[in-house]
Amino acid sequence: MKYALFLGCNIPARVDQYDASARAVLRQVGVQLKDIREFNCCGYPMRNVDQKAFLLSSAVNLALAEKAGLDILALCKCCFGTLKEAEHLLKEHGSLQKEVHELLAQKGLEYTGKIQIKHFLSVLYHDVGLDTLKSNITRQYKDCNIATHYGCHALRPSKITRFDDPVAPSIFDKLVEVTGAKSVDWTRKLECCGAPVLGFNDDLSMNLTKKKISSGKKAGADYLCSACPYCHLQFDTVQKMMVSGNGSDPLASVLYPQLLGLCMGIDEKALGININQLDISGVTSFFDSGVENAE
Amino acid sequence: MVFTAFLYASLIIFTLGLMIKIWTWFSRTLGTSAKQIPASERVSAAVKGILGVVFSAKILTLIKVFILDVVLQVRILKEDFLRWVMHLLIYVGFMLLLLMHALENFISEPLFTGYYSTINPFMFLRDLFGFMVIAGIGIAIFRRFILKVPRLKTNAMDYYAIFILAVILLSGIVLEGAKITSYTEYQDMVQDYAGLEDEDEIAALESYWVQNFGTVSPNVKAPFDEEVLSTGQELHEASCMDCHSAPQWAFTGYAAAKIIKPVALALDRAGASTILWYIHFLACFLGLAYLPFSKMFHIFATPVSLLANAVMEKDTSDPANIATRQVMELDACMHCGTCSLRCSAAPAFDVRGNDYILPSEKMTFLKTLAAGKKLSERKLSAIQEGVYLCTNCDRCTVVCPAGINLKELWFTVREDLVQRGCPEPLVLSPFSFFRGLNRENIPAEDYARPLAGANRAVAGKFEQVMDPSTPISFKDREIVELNQLPSTGTFSYCFGCQTCTTVCPVVAEYENPLQTLGLLPHQIMNCLGLGLVEMASGPRMLWDCVTCYQCQENCPQNVEITDIFFQLKNLAAKNAGKVVDESSPDLEAA
Repeated sequence: MKYALFLGCNIPARVDQYDASARAVLRQVGVQLKDIREFNCCGYPMRNVDQKAFLLSSAVNLALAEKAGLDILALCKCCFGTLKEAEHLLKEHGSLQKEVHELLAQKGLEYTGKIQIKHFLSVLYHDVGLDTLKSNITRQYKDCNIATHYGCHALRPSKITRFDDPVAPSIFDKLVEVTGAKSVDWTRKLECCGAPVLGFNDDLSMNLTKKKISSGKKAGADYLCSACPYCHLQFDTVQKMMVSGNGSDPLASVLYPQLLGLCMGIDEKALGININQLDISGVTSFFDSGVENAE
Repeated sequence: MVFTAFLYASLIIFTLGLMIKIWTWFSRTLGTSAKQIPASERVSAAVKGILGVVFSAKILTLIKVFILDVVLQVRILKEDFLRWVMHLLIYVGFMLLLLMHALENFISEPLFTGYYSTINPFMFLRDLFGFMVIAGIGIAIFRRFILKVPRLKTNAMDYYAIFILAVILLSGIVLEGAKITSYTEYQDMVQDYAGLEDEDEIAALESYWVQNFGTVSPNVKAPFDEEVLSTGQELHEASCMDCHSAPQWAFTGYAAAKIIKPVALALDRAGASTILWYIHFLACFLGLAYLPFSKMFHIFATPVSLLANAVMEKDTSDPANIATRQVMELDACMHCGTCSLRCSAAPAFDVRGNDYILPSEKMTFLKTLAAGKKLSERKLSAIQEGVYLCTNCDRCTVVCPAGINLKELWFTVREDLVQRGCPEPLVLSPFSFFRGLNRENIPAEDYARPLAGANRAVAGKFEQVMDPSTPISFKDREIVELNQLPSTGTFSYCFGCQTCTTVCPVVAEYENPLQTLGLLPHQIMNCLGLGLVEMASGPRMLWDCVTCYQCQENCPQNVEITDIFFQLKNLAAKNAGKVVDESSPDLEAA
């Protein structure tokens, strides 16, 4: 199992622990990764102002992966959704697509749609499988309540992303439950984290975040769990900004590979547990010391 | 006399230039916060900072960086092997030529007893060093004009750098060749060192030199008699050999001599050696005098940048020193294009054709900005877009061979530019995410200003068209413009059930959503159904959309609402740009 790892722009600059923990977990379960240095922005931030710039950005990445003969594994849900959208658009033969193909050709690239685009969670669930994950787990959480945040751009538009059932998704919950933690049912599970408008409508952005957090707390969650740098930054850095303003208790967010990696006995430092802005070190206190291996 | 006069003149200009340039590091500013720190404070902060580093454990970091990044240039090696070879050839070759050949009176002669530029190993080494530089220049030309490294732009400074080096080196080599062949040179030397009277002896030595040293004589011609040559050899050993190694060792000059041989006599009569000597030394002096003002200044600034960035931190360093470093970094940039090659946002440059999206071109622009030159509004809006169209992935900073902290430069300049009042639709996109994360570092009123301006610009004539007293206008041609993607047409399936509006988390956020958002999602679809594109592309709703796709997912009619919103935003952003383009008065860039 080998994939071209698509990190996007946020992860290397601001969420290094996601990169490190995802690599550590994937290595543990035998997934090989190739870094393609020429990968550029997926095009997500360009969609508001320039569809062509978005489509070309995505197309370059798709063409590069195709050249390497590898499927893409994206860690970011916005990158994933954007690349899927581009894949969908490039199946059409309009004038925009023609221009994009011409620009690709100028760079000596070609995209014919041979490769697949997958998100980290889909790879773990569908390709690696829950059984393999279970066999790699050495310790489990007990009485740990996790609120899974699915992320809009992976779930919807479901006809294009094909990530999971858009109304009643379950793969993330099952992945969390592999660790022994309980995935709580919470009302705003499938809602937006607020990140897409951060920086130009902060009130709206933070209100959405606040609602998510209080919904998670109400459901009794000990932690939020995400698998996207935008969502994570919103729940981590932005929430920290928010709580320092209003003094309320945060509901910290754990990145899924951090949660899983700890169960696999991967070193906390390697998973970047201490790099999160909000303290998540308490998650290890949920380890059930009595049961060393659930197998 | 002329030589000395030029030497001192160029040395004076060089020294003054160096002082002026270094002074600009303290006197020029980038960004608004730097303006509040007077130059004197920056000088004292720099002195304090340097002393603080030198007398601390950080000196070890400096030494390490000096060896790895300044001398061995590992950062270039990591990027591109060919470029590393190119740069090392030029830089090592040139440095050694400078020390051994240009400064021979001061370095080579005192250091090596019996130093003569015409005997080995010095004669060979001089040509070897020169050849290294020539090979390096060859690779530079190959990379820029034949290999065509992607997004590597060549500007006037780059042409000058290649040109001046090429002139110095080639004139030196041809000069050597001309001197090898020159009969006049030969005669002068014979007069000074051999003092021959006998005609046969004169002819013998001359024959020997024509045969073995490449001299082109008007008197004697090969083939030579063995006896004559052996007499010549005796005379050569007596008078010349101590100071002359075989000319083949000066392989570049000897090759030049071979090439010019057919015309050597004519050249000699025309005084080619003297002319070439003037060209060579004038080019050297020009290069020296102009160095502080050219790209070559990076010889000084780049090591300073590498060393400074190795020991400076954004949070702990004195802001005065950061202000100074940021201006200095502009001189450290040698326009190598590595940042642009690795830029995450580069495809946007391919589409929009705005050079300033590329980091290397932004750097060129920043030099103008720091120098306080005037900017036209058109240029301002281009550079603003370039600086804002950045995903903040930090790759440019990671790869910069000069160690320039580009990400901090962008942050400083971005704030400065967006405060100038030229509306930038890009601020209403996830490109602002990074600015949002950093909002605590920006004064509240400064933070909001560009957003308000952009919101006004993208709204276009929305308020006007929404005024009930304004007659409705239909602009069908814009539908065509909008119709780039298949999603656009799907609005026509809308049967007005309002599910989109019901499920929208943004609509749910507001007490009175219509007032805040201008139009609700189903109303926007209605507008499109009626052909009211201007109305549909104006409401706040579009820009407040969090793109969660709830509307599109839940639409019973498969209207691709979120994707249509993207199209409408594209249109509004384009029209907002037009408003700017129509007026372009000059704007003072203070």
